[in-house]
Amino acid sequence: MSSEPMLRVENLTKRFPGALALDAVDFSLKAGEVHALLGENGAGKSTLIKCLTGAYRRDSGEIVLDGQPVDPRDTFDAQKLGIGTVYQEVNLLPNLTVAENLFMGRQPLRFGMVDTRSMNRDARQMLAQYGLEIDVARELSAYSVAVQQIVAIARAVDLSGKVLILDEPTASLDAHEVRMVFDIVRSLREKGLGIIFITHFLDQVFEISDRLTVLRNGRLVGTRAIAETERLDLVTMMLGHELSQETREHAAERGGKPETRFRFRGFGRARSIAPFDLDIGRGEVVGMAGLLGSGRTETAEVIFGIRPHDSGSAEMDGAPLALTSPRKAIAAGIGFCPEDRKTDGIVGDLSVRENIILALQARRGWARPLSAREQNTLADRFIKALDIRTSDREKPIKLLSGGNQQKAILARWLATEPQLLILDEPTRGIDVGAHAEIIRLIEDLCAEGMSLLVISSELEELVAYARRIVVLRDRAHVTELGGAEIDTDSIVRAIAADAGTEIGT
Amino acid sequence: MKSRYLPLAATTAIFLIAYALCYAQFPAMLSTRVIGNLLTDNAFLGIAAVGMTFVILSGGIDLSIGSVIAFTTVFIAVVLANSSMHPLAVFALALVITTLFGATMGAIIHYLEMPPFIVTLAGMFLARGMAFVLSTDSIPIAHEFYSVLQSLYWRMPGGGRLTLIGGLMLLVFLIGMVLAHRTRFGANVYALGGGVATARLMGVSVGHTTICIYALSGLLAGLSGIVFSLYTTAGYSLAAVGVELDAIAAVVIGGTLLTGGSGFVAGTLLGILIMGLIQTYIIFDGTLSSWWTKIVIGVLLFVFIFLQKGILWATSRNAAALENAHGR
Repeated sequence: MSSEPMLRVENLTKRFPGALALDAVDFSLKAGEVHALLGENGAGKSTLIKCLTGAYRRDSGEIVLDGQPVDPRDTFDAQKLGIGTVYQEVNLLPNLTVAENLFMGRQPLRFGMVDTRSMNRDARQMLAQYGLEIDVARELSAYSVAVQQIVAIARAVDLSGKVLILDEPTASLDAHEVRMVFDIVRSLREKGLGIIFITHFLDQVFEISDRLTVLRNGRLVGTRAIAETERLDLVTMMLGHELSQETREHAAERGGKPETRFRFRGFGRARSIAPFDLDIGRGEVVGMAGLLGSGRTETAEVIFGIRPHDSGSAEMDGAPLALTSPRKAIAAGIGFCPEDRKTDGIVGDLSVRENIILALQARRGWARPLSAREQNTLADRFIKALDIRTSDREKPIKLLSGGNQQKAILARWLATEPQLLILDEPTRGIDVGAHAEIIRLIEDLCAEGMSLLVISSELEELVAYARRIVVLRDRAHVTELGGAEIDTDSIVRAIAADAGTEIGT
Repeated sequence: MKSRYLPLAATTAIFLIAYALCYAQFPAMLSTRVIGNLLTDNAFLGIAAVGMTFVILSGGIDLSIGSVIAFTTVFIAVVLANSSMHPLAVFALALVITTLFGATMGAIIHYLEMPPFIVTLAGMFLARGMAFVLSTDSIPIAHEFYSVLQSLYWRMPGGGRLTLIGGLMLLVFLIGMVLAHRTRFGANVYALGGGVATARLMGVSVGHTTICIYALSGLLAGLSGIVFSLYTTAGYSLAAVGVELDAIAAVVIGGTLLTGGSGFVAGTLLGILIMGLIQTYIIFDGTLSSWWTKIVIGVLLFVFIFLQKGILWATSRNAAALENAHGR
């Protein structure tokens, strides 16, 4: 391994309206190394990658490749410079043959016609280097995701050949397929390629990488050699707990044990989340902690019926509940604020009022519309109660800031007066002021007797309001912390605990 | 068998079975005379359907071709009646106009990011309207060159005639096959049908390809109009109403996926022949209403929609089985 880095990124800064996505980030990649890039959602991983591949233009900073400053304008430009990317969702055409995918846009020609025979021969040779012997004249869709992923890698390497960026290439592969891809990554490393590997499976990081870089909230946390990094350090770097003033009263220390309202037994769904037992009491906040991809969101989606459960049972106040679709979950008094407001939560072009009344109207059914007066009263009440900053209730919700959108979605569910409200990352992407307000709101809600299930990567936050915390790892509930056990250190330890876990399913 | 050949195999099987059934009842249907007429009668539809095949393979649709055919016939008839231009020059002019018309629609679809359905629907009204502006009457074409062209044919063994326009259709199909399966342009068309965003990421020039596809469809619609004017020796603005739908039907019966990305130009030829065969059978029978053509085509379309869904379902199940097989 040479000591001079092949790719060097210095002081890279990228601003989006209202947010600093990358704040003076440094990064370096040597020839012949696998460098893992880690961080939670919104940490800036994909922004960094997009700046490298030309999908985004950086605001300031330097990218130096082989000693030359470079400025890729688009994906092709990056490819010509030698930077190739393979995405999680295979970016190839399933309806074309394997050979056509490998040689799209540069098919060998003979008398102006595509020379299919020599194209197929070249494709076979190219894939043979990867130990893949398949019929290249068949459509790509005839092969498994792993083979498609390898074809994508072969294409990227053939087109660029210096830097290979693998953006969660193993997310939808099983253990055997991951091994296949890793063998290829190792052989490419030996050939001297620099490989940037993005994943959220920690086991894989330790298995394949030489170095790792952690980003958090757009800032560089640090770069370490794998050999010198402990699992615990890594989780701490990713989740970060500066142990700010521990002055808050722990929710866990308040009150006695509440009566159990919701009881889940053996609840789960194959390939999403292992069966779990969970009790949630009246006026109780249960937190869910774990890394990205650990099954937090899946738990919420299984409970809310977005991915219907295929095992176990649910009860509310001792009566069985059928939670097989979101409609039934809403009817049972369950609300869910999803993580990605933009795609799953708000309806951008509808007004604040319309967004607020949406769930309540859905529960009443189309035959019993809310009158205009009822809608206005309801909207005004929540705009006031939650302090949603909008000039008026008819403003399209997409014009509001992130925090206010989040409050409007919260209002939507509060309007249905739910028995159980699930919040997935309620404070993600909103400014500090709104942050505190949402936390206060959560505390008020449970004081009124509502049960809450909150997913958050902000451990201090969870510690502040959760009475119990469920820790997840590899799509299973592994530990439950309660009472005095709740502090960020023990959460981090529980997340990092290495139980010889399997990758995927 | 590879699943992408399955619809083509089904079309071939249907054609052979249908022909065998016809032959069993009317042995005369196997003569080269019938085959010659089948090609001649469907020449204009076949040529237009080749263009439609490219459009549908790319994931689009072109509703304007019927109107463009009508416009072309009227344009030729009006120019020939009012000037001394040679028909070949008029043909060339007509083809330039229809090609530019198609290219413009392609450019609008690409640059304004409009759905092809709406853009070509507008093109359909526009072309039909232009035909009416030129003339609302049916104008006979009396140029002697037309008689020369019409008298050109190759006498097949058995006495059947392969006319100029029938032969032209076969030639267009041949060129279409080479273009679709043996050129980079063809690969780009399939790539667009597989996914525009991915195709762009893989280096396909999406705008250029889209414009070329609709220009090709316009060119072939113009050629189809020339053939139609040779076939009917007239120009009429109400001609070829609904031909775009017949062309779409032929493409789908030919095994091309309506969502794009999968299919064969040769399949469209079989689709045309199946549709022509049904009509010939009805003529031979003599007692059936010609509406039976529509009914049979309707049933065939349903069969192919189910077939395509079935294949998609089978492939996805196969892939899942494959994954499970070596995953566990």
